[in-house]
Amino acid sequence: MSLPTDRLWLWLGAACYLTGLILGTVAVLRKRQHSRGVMYLIVVAGYTFQTIGLYVRGMEVRGCPLGNHLEIFQFTGWSATTLYLLIGATFRVSLLGYFTAMLSAALAVISLSIPAWDATRRVGIFGGNAWIEFHAALALFSYGVFALLALTSILFLLRHSSLKNKRLNGAFAFLPPIVDLDHISLRLLIAGVALLGASLAVGSAWWLRDIHVVNLSKILSTVGIWSTYALALGLRLRGVLLPKRLAWVCVALFAAALLSLGPVDASRNSTPNSPSSFVTGPGK
Amino acid sequence: MSASDFFSGPNFFVVGANHLTAPLEIREKLALTSDRLAAFQSVAERIDGLRELAVLNTCNRVEIYGVAESGAVIDRLQAEYCAACDLPPEQLAAVRYFAGGADAIAHLLAVASGLESQMLGENEIFGQVKTAYQTAQDRRTVGAVLNRVFQKAFQGAKYIRTHTAITVGQVSIANVAVDLALTIFGDLRSARVLLLGAGDIGEKTAVAFQSRGVESLTVASRTLVKAMELATRFGAVALPFEHMPVHLHEFDIVVCSTAAPAAVVTHFAATTALRRRPAQPLFFIDLALPRDVEPNVAQLENAFVYNLDDLARIAEDNRAAREAEVSKARALVAGRAQAIWRQVALPAAAPTKNVLPNDPTMPIATQRIPVVGELPTRATET
Repeated sequence: MSLPTDRLWLWLGAACYLTGLILGTVAVLRKRQHSRGVMYLIVVAGYTFQTIGLYVRGMEVRGCPLGNHLEIFQFTGWSATTLYLLIGATFRVSLLGYFTAMLSAALAVISLSIPAWDATRRVGIFGGNAWIEFHAALALFSYGVFALLALTSILFLLRHSSLKNKRLNGAFAFLPPIVDLDHISLRLLIAGVALLGASLAVGSAWWLRDIHVVNLSKILSTVGIWSTYALALGLRLRGVLLPKRLAWVCVALFAAALLSLGPVDASRNSTPNSPSSFVTGPGK
Repeated sequence: MSASDFFSGPNFFVVGANHLTAPLEIREKLALTSDRLAAFQSVAERIDGLRELAVLNTCNRVEIYGVAESGAVIDRLQAEYCAACDLPPEQLAAVRYFAGGADAIAHLLAVASGLESQMLGENEIFGQVKTAYQTAQDRRTVGAVLNRVFQKAFQGAKYIRTHTAITVGQVSIANVAVDLALTIFGDLRSARVLLLGAGDIGEKTAVAFQSRGVESLTVASRTLVKAMELATRFGAVALPFEHMPVHLHEFDIVVCSTAAPAAVVTHFAATTALRRRPAQPLFFIDLALPRDVEPNVAQLENAFVYNLDDLARIAEDNRAAREAEVSKARALVAGRAQAIWRQVALPAAAPTKNVLPNDPTMPIATQRIPVVGELPTRATET
C-alpha cells in the first residue's frame, strides 16, 4: 500500500481547517460560544496533517519547501498556525482559533485549488546553502507572525467597533477584551519585526558578497515591508500611532506582504545566478 | 386548604413562601435568624412521621423540603414553623405554596437554576440551596431521598445554567458596568478606578468593582468630607475634586455620579488625559443625571463612554435574552424532575415511626420511599 502523497496530506489539513471554520461560523451565527478546546483540537489535527504534507514535500526537494506559490502559501499558513498553537494555549484568546482556522483554510484551499501554483516547482533553490534556506524560512515564518497579527488586529477592530457602537451581544460577546488584543498584537508585531529583521540580516550577508544574486524588486519589497512594520512599531511605542490605527495598518500591511510574495517569488526566476532548477507537475 | 388535602401517604414535598406569594412584611416574619432556625429544626426533627428535612431560608424565600409519611405531618411542621416565627397560621396559609413528588423536585430544580429568583438566573441562590443541603447533612436530617434529590438537582441546575442563556449577561446597572470594564481591560485587579461623586448608584458600582477584584479605588466628590467618608468605607483614597482633571490620566475607569448641574468631565480634560496615556483606553461610566461627561468625549478614539441609558438598555437586553430562554429551561426542568422522581420512587415499605435523623448508609430498598402517582400532582396556593 502506497503512502499518501504530500498533496493529500495538505488536503487533509485543509479539510480540518475548513471543519473548524464551519463549526465556528455555525456557532457565531447561532450566537453561541464554540468550544475552545474542540477548536484547538481541530486546528492541531489540521496542523499535524499540514506538517506531514510539508515534511514529505521537503524530503522530496531536500530542503524547506518554498519552491512555488503553493508551498509559500502553505508555509505561511503553517507558521501562523504554529504561533496560534503557542499563543492560543497561553492567552486563551476567544475566537482566535476560529479566525486562525479561517486564515489557514483560506490559504490552504486557495493554494491547493489553483493548479498553476503547483504546476512547476523549483528544487535546489538554496543551492545547498543552509544560511539562505534559514533566511527564507525565517522570512516566511515572520509572514506567519504577521498573518496572526492581522487576525488579532481584525479582532481588535471588531471589539473596538462593538464598544463604540454599544453592540455587545451576539457574536460580539465572544470577542476578547480590547486591552488583551492590543497587548498580543504588540507582542506579535515585535516578534514579526525581529524575525523578518533577522531574516533580512542573514540574507544581506550573502547579498553583499554578490550584489547581482538578488533581484532589486525582491529587496525593495521585503525591505519595504519590514521598514513599514518597524516604523509602525516605533510609532506605536512612542504613542503616536494609537491601537486602532495600528490595527488598520497591520491589516493593510499584511495584505501588502502577501502581494509582495509575487515579486519575491518571481525574482528567483529572473535571477541570473539562481542555482534553482524547475521540475514540472504537481508534487507527488 | 391544608397539606392533608393533598396527602394520602409518604412523599417528598416542599412547602414554603417566596417573593412571588408573600409581601415583604410577611417575608420579614418568615425569615428566621440562624438561632431560631436551628431551634425550629430541633423541634421539627422530633415530629413523628417526618423522615427527612432541609430548610432553605433566604431573604426572598423560606422553603421546607422533606419526606413525610402523611399530610398531617406537614400540617404539624407548618404549625411549628409558624410558632418559631410568631406568625399566625392563617397568614402562612394565605401565602404558602405546596408541592409533592415530581412537582416538588421540579420546584427545587427551578429554584436552584435561578428560574424562581427575583432576578432571573442569578447565581447566589445556587449557593444558598447548597448551604441548606449542607446544613441538613450536618444535622443528619437527610436520607436516601433528599440526598439523591438535592445532588441530582445540583447537577440539573448546573446543566440548565450552562445549556440555556438564563444566566447570560448582567441585569443590574452596576454589574453591567463591571462587565463592560471586563470587555475593555480583561483583568480588573490592576485597573485604577476613580469614583466621581458620592451618588448611591456610584457607590453600588464601586462595590461591584471591588467584588470583581479592583484594588485601586479613588474617590473624588465636590464635598471633600463626603469623599473622605466614602474613601474610608471602601478602603480607598480621597482626591480633592478640583484636582480631578489634572489626575484624570492616572485612571482607567471613571465612575461618574455627581449631582453637578453641568458636565464635570470636559472634552478638553479627557483629550488631555488621553494624550498622556495614548495607548491605554479610558472608560467613563456616566451614571449622573444630568450627565457628568460631555457627549463629544465619546468621539475620542480611545475613550469609551457609557451613560445611564446605555447601561439600562444593555441590562434590559440581557433580561429579555434571559426571559426568552425561560420556556427552554422550564422544559429541561420538567424532564429532569421526572427522571429524578423515577430514581427516588420505589415501592412503598411499611411505615415507621419518626426515623429522623436518617441513616445515610441505610439501603434505599429498606426505607419507605414514595411512589410515582401515589399523591396528587402539584398544587400551589397563593
